[in-house]
Amino acid sequence: MRYLPLSDNDRQQMLAKVGVADINELFADVPSGKLLKELPNLPLMAGEMAVEQHMSALAARNLSAGEARGFFVGAGAYRHHVPATVDHLIQRSEFLTAYTPYQPEISQGTLQVLFEFQTQVALLTGMEVANASMYDGSTATAEAVLMARRVTRRKKAIVSGNLHPHYRDVVKNMEHFSGGNLLLCDPVFDGDEDLIAQIDEETACIVVQTPDFYGNLHNYARLAQAAHAKKALLIVVVTEIVSLGALKSPGEIGADIVVAEGQSLGCGLDFGGPYVGLFATRQKYIRQMPGRLCGQTVDGSSKRGFVLTLSTREQHIRREKATSNICTNSGLMALAFSIHMTLLGEKGLRGLAELNHAAAAQLAEKLAQIKGVELVTKRFFNEFTLRLSKPASEVVEALAEQKILAGVQVSRLLPENEDGQNLLVVAATEMVTQEQSNLFANLLKEVLA
Amino acid sequence: MNMNRRGRQTQPNQGSRTNMGGDEPHSGNRGLQIEEPLLFELGDRQTTGIDFPALEDQHDIETRFGDLARSEPIGLAGLSEPETMRHYVRLSQKNYSIDTGIYPLGSCTMKHNPRLNEKMARLPGMMDIHPLQPQSTVSGAIELMEELAHWLMELTNMQAIALSPKAGAHGELCGMMAIKAAHEHAGDLHRNIVLVPDSAHGTNPATAALIGYKVRSVPAQSDGTVTANSVKAALDENVAAIMLTNPNTGGVFEREIVEIAALIHEAGAYFYCDGANFNAIAGKVRPGDLGVDAMHFNLHKTFSTPHGGGGPGSGPVVLSERLAPFAPYPFLQRDGEVARLVENSVDQAGDDHHPFGRMTAFHGQWGMYTRALTYMRSHGGDGLRQASEDAVLNANYLRASLSEYMSLAFGEDHICMHEVLFDDGFLKGTGVTTLDFAKAMIDEGFHPMTVYFPLIVHGAMLVEPTESESKASLDQFIEVMIALTKRAKEGQSADFASAPLFTPRGRLDETGAARRPILRWLPKKETLTE
Repeated sequence: MRYLPLSDNDRQQMLAKVGVADINELFADVPSGKLLKELPNLPLMAGEMAVEQHMSALAARNLSAGEARGFFVGAGAYRHHVPATVDHLIQRSEFLTAYTPYQPEISQGTLQVLFEFQTQVALLTGMEVANASMYDGSTATAEAVLMARRVTRRKKAIVSGNLHPHYRDVVKNMEHFSGGNLLLCDPVFDGDEDLIAQIDEETACIVVQTPDFYGNLHNYARLAQAAHAKKALLIVVVTEIVSLGALKSPGEIGADIVVAEGQSLGCGLDFGGPYVGLFATRQKYIRQMPGRLCGQTVDGSSKRGFVLTLSTREQHIRREKATSNICTNSGLMALAFSIHMTLLGEKGLRGLAELNHAAAAQLAEKLAQIKGVELVTKRFFNEFTLRLSKPASEVVEALAEQKILAGVQVSRLLPENEDGQNLLVVAATEMVTQEQSNLFANLLKEVLA
Repeated sequence: MNMNRRGRQTQPNQGSRTNMGGDEPHSGNRGLQIEEPLLFELGDRQTTGIDFPALEDQHDIETRFGDLARSEPIGLAGLSEPETMRHYVRLSQKNYSIDTGIYPLGSCTMKHNPRLNEKMARLPGMMDIHPLQPQSTVSGAIELMEELAHWLMELTNMQAIALSPKAGAHGELCGMMAIKAAHEHAGDLHRNIVLVPDSAHGTNPATAALIGYKVRSVPAQSDGTVTANSVKAALDENVAAIMLTNPNTGGVFEREIVEIAALIHEAGAYFYCDGANFNAIAGKVRPGDLGVDAMHFNLHKTFSTPHGGGGPGSGPVVLSERLAPFAPYPFLQRDGEVARLVENSVDQAGDDHHPFGRMTAFHGQWGMYTRALTYMRSHGGDGLRQASEDAVLNANYLRASLSEYMSLAFGEDHICMHEVLFDDGFLKGTGVTTLDFAKAMIDEGFHPMTVYFPLIVHGAMLVEPTESESKASLDQFIEVMIALTKRAKEGQSADFASAPLFTPRGRLDETGAARRPILRWLPKKETLTE
């Protein structure tokens, strides 16, 4: 087997050194009868070529975004162009095949990247500090609610109806099992939701999203004030991080915790993961934060260096008293995010945001002219919701047959919501061409006719 | 033959070890050790490494977004493409990696990461697909998930699987939620205790506590294992589950695991197995045959998906028949010819499922599924078994070769599985600590083993060579460990205390870092207070 360096001769010599005649003597602690005599009922070893053929055949059965005649799917994962440099760099052995930087003297590369990543995330979100990443945006949101409960010592969390439905489900799940008290609001598709009235003295946090799941932009400044007046925290979720190139940061409008999905930068679509969860907050809450943190320090010669720090919050030290059970971060995707962000810089990020908005604005204008299409979202960034004259799931399937991936029908995520049946969430990024937009409009017209 | 005849003859170094200018180099760099400033000290707000097409008609962002438009500078730094390349390549060169050399971190399983995995994950049909595009357009992806699920269930003899957990600890959470959901479904609401051996990884108690369980510790024997008797003594009608790692964190197979499972089931509780060490037994022992109800895999350990400097992980959980109905959304279902992902209650056919909820947005760490399946397909059932055997053989070879020099935590005659545990007994009286010893290994060009874990052993050193190391590599490692041991015993403790000397940085002040946390770069003169 090409991945196994030991030869049979090596194995014999090593068994002799160990003092056993047969490898199974080293499995002597396995209870009797439980050591398998037969091989598992699985295919046998295969060469690189055969494996490649098998995997390629599976891949060929998927309609990739690049192969589609138009791609307008978003809803929490966005198709952006990732520069070649990013993928090259993250495949460097020293990044790809290193472990968690527990030995800082030989992990300064990973650690400095994390320190820079934390800084980028803090700047983008307008917060004071950020951690070294979470699994993804949805799990980061659930962690933010838990953190708000720790900070406020209250149990009630109010969740906007316009939070991504999967995120809502993840929060709901965590709160159910961890004994929280959740108020889940109903979606308001055009974004005109009033949460202020729900805040009371028991409220630990309010969870909102902007741009929200339906694409609506929000100014949560008043909500932040109302929350703070009751000593509750405002958690702002961002699933399209590129929007922060054009929009005020959640920190500027008064968020206490910002969680985001960083997938748009560096990660690609990857059928849902691995992505990178961003988690930022105020310096005064750092000891209540979940996840790894990288901090600056010095070595014996007073040279600047970086280490993992504040680990007394974490499970390997605190065990059942830890702030979270999280162990890994999303290191490699955080690296990809950070490299992409470095290439963009502030100027590039702003340019990218403008391109995205322009693409979406043009598309929305085009689609809204079609009979049977109503634009629900008033102010949006690169994603908006349409109300169609037919069930959106039928439209999506009909267009998929023509290799147009038209967006996400709201009913896929909220199947029980009757008002949502005809709603379609459509995204357009810098990757969308004029031709693709025109083709989408023409075919949508036909499908709705 | 003199290979150097066209140039100057190479000479033994006759100068001093300083450079032309004295002790400190002019550049701050030393040979290949290049100092690299922070991104924010290199770049600025005006520089970008990406060219975008010009906008055809300019949309006035500020007018459109009104009070929401960003008006203040963000403060992000940009670099041109060559500067970016250099920044990250220089940083990368400050890292040790499995491709650099042996990385014997016990319980972390640093094995070879085949690049075929990376190539397959980057096929457009794998990478460039969206989790919410119609399922009819991703039948290959769904079949891949089904195939991965089949391999994982076959290797464990378990009946169901939740693929979506994002990492090992998330898998633990998923398994424990399934257990809690099963108790809730049965109306067994009084069960509020989870048994956890004191040798367990920290994620086990943290996970149990996260979902409201009280942790009751079960003492380990002197060899780190748990006996049926000690479990029996800890059991009562309030126990919901046991979380047991097998092979355990000391690298020992739990000999009484079958009896323990029987006791747990008799008490109406469930058996959660932490599968972090499944790489020792894949193809050799099936956890389902031992009475396990739920077990997570770490695809990044057993099935070689890259660790990436700390993640991403991927933690699918296999479930027994009894827990199968509670598997979270999304789950796979096959209706005749067509496999699909059931994403919500309306999708669901039949009422034999009681999914407890959802662990994550979308479908989990898909990119890791492609890599893990590529790895499994490459090995086949026979290769996976061979890999487990080689991992166990390599660890025992280290054990046998080092037993007379270092102190084995569980005695000289105790075989181990895929990792071997030493304590600091052999350093007694030398003035050298486990940490010093680890840092001295760095100066010898090795990544140290896991230190001070598990907690049940004093000054623990947990060595896991994995199956990826050749005999020559192990022999070199052994030779160096013996030499270091001798140096420690010869009283050279001062050398150990000052190690490492040949790294980009010397030992870093971790206490200071925690006391005054600096978690980000700030422009000069700005400070943050807690």
